[in-house]
Amino acid sequence: MGQMLIQGILDTLYMTVGATAIAYLFGLPIGVSLVVTAPDGISPHHTYNKVMGFIVNIVRSVPFLILMIALMPYVRIIIGTGIGTSATVAVLVASAVPFVARLVESELREVDKGVIEAAQSMGASNMQIVIKVMLLEARPSLLIGTAVSTITILGYSAMAGVVGGGGLGDIAIKYGLYRYDSKTMWITVVILILLVQLLQSIGNYISKKLDNRI
Amino acid sequence: MSIISLKGVSKEFNTRAGKVNAITDINLEIEEGDIYGIIGLSGAGKSTLVRCMNLLEIPTEGKVVFDGEELTDRNKKELNKKRRNIAMIFQQFNLLMQKNVLRNVSFPLEIAGISKKNAEEKAKELLKLVDLEDRIYSYPSQLSGGQKQRVAIARALSTNPKVLLCDEATSALDPDTTKSILRLLKKINRDYKITIIVITHEMEVVRQICNKVAIIEKGEIAETGTVEAVFKKPKSAAGRRLFFQKEDEPDLHMRTSVKNRVRLAFDDNRAYEPVIANMIIELKAPVNILYARMESVGENQKGQMVIGLSEDEEIARKQKEYLRENKVTFIELEEGEANSLESNDLEEDEDRNMYGKEGR
Repeated sequence: MGQMLIQGILDTLYMTVGATAIAYLFGLPIGVSLVVTAPDGISPHHTYNKVMGFIVNIVRSVPFLILMIALMPYVRIIIGTGIGTSATVAVLVASAVPFVARLVESELREVDKGVIEAAQSMGASNMQIVIKVMLLEARPSLLIGTAVSTITILGYSAMAGVVGGGGLGDIAIKYGLYRYDSKTMWITVVILILLVQLLQSIGNYISKKLDNRI
Repeated sequence: MSIISLKGVSKEFNTRAGKVNAITDINLEIEEGDIYGIIGLSGAGKSTLVRCMNLLEIPTEGKVVFDGEELTDRNKKELNKKRRNIAMIFQQFNLLMQKNVLRNVSFPLEIAGISKKNAEEKAKELLKLVDLEDRIYSYPSQLSGGQKQRVAIARALSTNPKVLLCDEATSALDPDTTKSILRLLKKINRDYKITIIVITHEMEVVRQICNKVAIIEKGEIAETGTVEAVFKKPKSAAGRRLFFQKEDEPDLHMRTSVKNRVRLAFDDNRAYEPVIANMIIELKAPVNILYARMESVGENQKGQMVIGLSEDEEIARKQKEYLRENKVTFIELEEGEANSLESNDLEEDEDRNMYGKEGR
């Protein structure tokens, strides 16, 4: 059983970390674009902002479990399989990108407008403002946000166990639900709790370490 | 030659309540070497006006000419290049909180594509100028307001600008710090030949450093001229309102012929003690209250009061004795001397140290 649990932890971590990384790859630029094109942004663009905001909202309003089942056939076409960890990563990414985009958007909105204005007065281009001012100034909250995203995705990955997604959720459902082995189920729950605590602590620690405001 | 001239500049904002004219048909000529004050009450359009000068706000109408070249019809890239010649400092300093002092000051150079080594060298030089060479590795959150504004000034100077725009640069600072920042600005104007435009609602600021002033009210220029002329005789109603808001107190020059007048200064908690009342009770002799004013300075209460002591010299002597014993700072006034200190006198009075010395 130990072997199985270790495999479960590794699978869960693989899915969570992999999906988070890919989700940020897409979600971060989308979040930035939403802030930049907002009416009070540095390069307002009404149509883009509305359309992108709408798409993000649509995906966010579909519950993960339903999104997962709905996407299965397409995942099978792209990845080649509808079950297992890699298939789960694909679904997790699809669900997490809009979530990450909104999170990044709200974090970047927190950046002091005055500092952005100061950079504009120095003759900084929009690209320089995004990279050298906004992302840098928002770094502490972006890092906390990453911890929050990772934990959310960890939770989703456990849900994927319902459709044979692999990882700790899979074990909990197979043993707890189908075989009435509540002991194994509770062990996986405890491991999940520990993982969440660990991820949050790491996030907080790094964020604090890299925040120069204190 | 004018370094900045605004020709018929207007700015209109679209708000939910409809179109609002922040500034209307502004014409201004700012000469090279000026320290030009633009003064007005809040909401007068000062901030919009100064932002039109570097096109942070794009005017709806009119032209902005900088150093002989029109800014209003430039594309973004050219404009960004021009902006390096027009630096700006702000009320809230607007430093990058995640960068240390040195990197903040070298930031405009970094943006301009100067190598890190050269940029930091220049930054160190400027930090020496603003007396912060010992804080170069500190972060803005570790600095006081005055220090932050000094960093902002060093940062603004890093690209060797011709003009420095100051948007309420001292409004978040205490009076002493304000003075030292104003001194620094004056020095920069003199030594580096940088034209300075000062946006403020405090006439003290204009009086202390500007040579010319424009008064702005409801988005329009009410009056312009040399500070001396405008202060002496404001032509516009807006000017009179701004300059006489404090000196307007009728008590100032009244009843200055009363004998044995003394001006008392209270500070800190002493302002709460009923010293005068106690003195009257103890010496059983009345005093004549001619003028009084309380002010909050930071968290402290400061007050000044002018009273006429007893006309009987013997009782007056006892009263002064009482005040001295109770450690109330006071100064005896000559006949005819004004009851209150006018702002002009305050500075000269610094040496006499109104708020510190024991009565003489």
